[in-house]
Amino acid sequence: MYKYDSYDQQMVDARVEEFRDQARRRLEGKLTEDQFKPLRLMNGLYLQLHAYMLRVAIPYGTLNSAQMTALGDIADKYDRGYGHFTTRQNLQYNWIKLEDAADILADLAKVEMHAIQTSGNCIRNISSDHFAGAAHDELVDPRPYAELLRQWSSFHPEFTYLPRKFKIAVIAAEKDRAAMRLHDIGIQIVEKDGKIGAAFYVGGGMGRTPMIAPMIRDFVPLDQLITYAEACLRVYNRYGRRDNKYKARIKILVHELGKDEYTRQVEEEYAHMQQQGVEPPREELERIKPFFADPAFEVGAKSVDRSDPDFALWVDRNTHRHKHDSYVSAVISLKPVGGIPGDATGEQIRIMARLAQQYSFDELRIMHTQNVVLPHVKIEDLHALWTALDAADLGAPNMDSIEDMIACPGLDYCALANARSIPLAQRISEKFDASGKTEKLGELKLKISGCINACGHHHAGHIGILGVDRKGVENYQLSLGGSEAEDTSLAKITGPGFTEDGVIEAVEKVTDVYLDVREDGERFLDTYRRIGMAPFKEALYD
Amino acid sequence: MKVLTGNDLKTGDVIWWTGSGWSRRVDDAADAGDRADEILATEEAARRVNVPYVIEASREEDGSVRPAHIKDRVRALGPTVRPDLTLKPQDPEAIDWVI
Repeated sequence: MYKYDSYDQQMVDARVEEFRDQARRRLEGKLTEDQFKPLRLMNGLYLQLHAYMLRVAIPYGTLNSAQMTALGDIADKYDRGYGHFTTRQNLQYNWIKLEDAADILADLAKVEMHAIQTSGNCIRNISSDHFAGAAHDELVDPRPYAELLRQWSSFHPEFTYLPRKFKIAVIAAEKDRAAMRLHDIGIQIVEKDGKIGAAFYVGGGMGRTPMIAPMIRDFVPLDQLITYAEACLRVYNRYGRRDNKYKARIKILVHELGKDEYTRQVEEEYAHMQQQGVEPPREELERIKPFFADPAFEVGAKSVDRSDPDFALWVDRNTHRHKHDSYVSAVISLKPVGGIPGDATGEQIRIMARLAQQYSFDELRIMHTQNVVLPHVKIEDLHALWTALDAADLGAPNMDSIEDMIACPGLDYCALANARSIPLAQRISEKFDASGKTEKLGELKLKISGCINACGHHHAGHIGILGVDRKGVENYQLSLGGSEAEDTSLAKITGPGFTEDGVIEAVEKVTDVYLDVREDGERFLDTYRRIGMAPFKEALYD
Repeated sequence: MKVLTGNDLKTGDVIWWTGSGWSRRVDDAADAGDRADEILATEEAARRVNVPYVIEASREEDGSVRPAHIKDRVRALGPTVRPDLTLKPQDPEAIDWVI
């Protein structure tokens, strides 16, 4: 994986000292909160319900065991012994003291990490396929391009004060594991006429106005990748609305201009910029690529001993086919039955780091579904890995099941939330596990948000739940039919909302409809698309 | 009653105006009456509180203070999903008070 060069390290170290001085001045009263807030947000430091919250960037979700160990150590040293992995492939600490924040950033910098651009109206952490570099179905490893974009977007002076935050995802497989079309820019590395290039999808997003990004160009030569991205940003920076934060995302601009007019303006800017020479030298991409070279794979066993049914179930559920037939990618579930989705203790984080060192060439990935991946695990090591994971309460066999739900922190932690998300996740997980229905349901993506900002991706859930505030009481809207995969779709609301107990019962009812009428091989989403909303509404409201 | 709340500048802890200072316990909160804005301005300027605001609350028969909105009750207690991290880790009924 990528290693900082002296420029990267100098920039991060300098930022730590700059922030240390800013925090000192705030604590001494030389800066007001209004003056300090944009400075702390540029370093990922929010003020949430109970304390300051620090969001740490994990570029394209890739990190090594030293970095993971540092994350666990920080959880124990400065927080309350745990961290929360997010839907942006990042990690958040919930109980940070302002007086400790600069020391934490210094500890992160020692392992080539930071919290820069994890907030604010700038280009945020670049996200990617959590199986990148390992998946059997990818064209190339998308991470060198994600890294090039990271370098370009870090401290980019023109894009530090955009109309609103800006999120970019990069994938290189037909199967979309990064919700690519629900990003401000989604980039898919593609092949055309024997050449590798990039398809650009612009103007997607969730939040209060969910939109699926349209493709605006099917092929950008890779030696123009940054130039084209910059053209997309320039048009947005010039014409994106700054008068209304709810209409300020690029999706609104693309929608209001129309895809064709936005594309025309981007192409015009692109033609102009090609004369300006803004593309990084090709040598930089060639310098980056070797950092993502394959590790030294060895030939080994191609299958496992399935005599232990618990182990066999975990293998079936939580491993993903690797490009090398003696390896798999192993998914570590952070969704134990009744647990808090995405939370891991400091010790669990260090255990995952040690297991990555032992079994996965020192590498880990964070999934946007709030789990962790060991990307390169030898098939013959799987039983030993599973045994260690199970002993640390990290062996839940539930990837892509209803128990593997996404849930935002909700009203238990978040200052923006209207309702709690986590208790729903816990109760649904317990209910379906106890009834034994999880296995029967197969792939069913449940996503829960505690407010309209949609950090829990409810618009893209096969089943989505949105928490709202109804006269000071929590209420939950149910929606069906969303997807953030290559068949991206937006979920539709079923009808009137429910109480906490009511929405849990409603989830059970819609899954019962599915089990009653599904045809061979159909997932919940497929059945919904075949039969439509009516049978589900009937079960819920009649 | 009108209650003043905010977060401690250094620690980020949720704090409540007691009439003479700030406490982490909502039950210590005092009614700020019509002096709320004046107190907030003074306290914020003195860096004794960060991002303060006024909420509606009620004084219960047992003397405890109950914020009107669930968000402030969550703030007053702590995360309902981590009773061990709330201000009342030994009280199994504390979560019910929030909801």
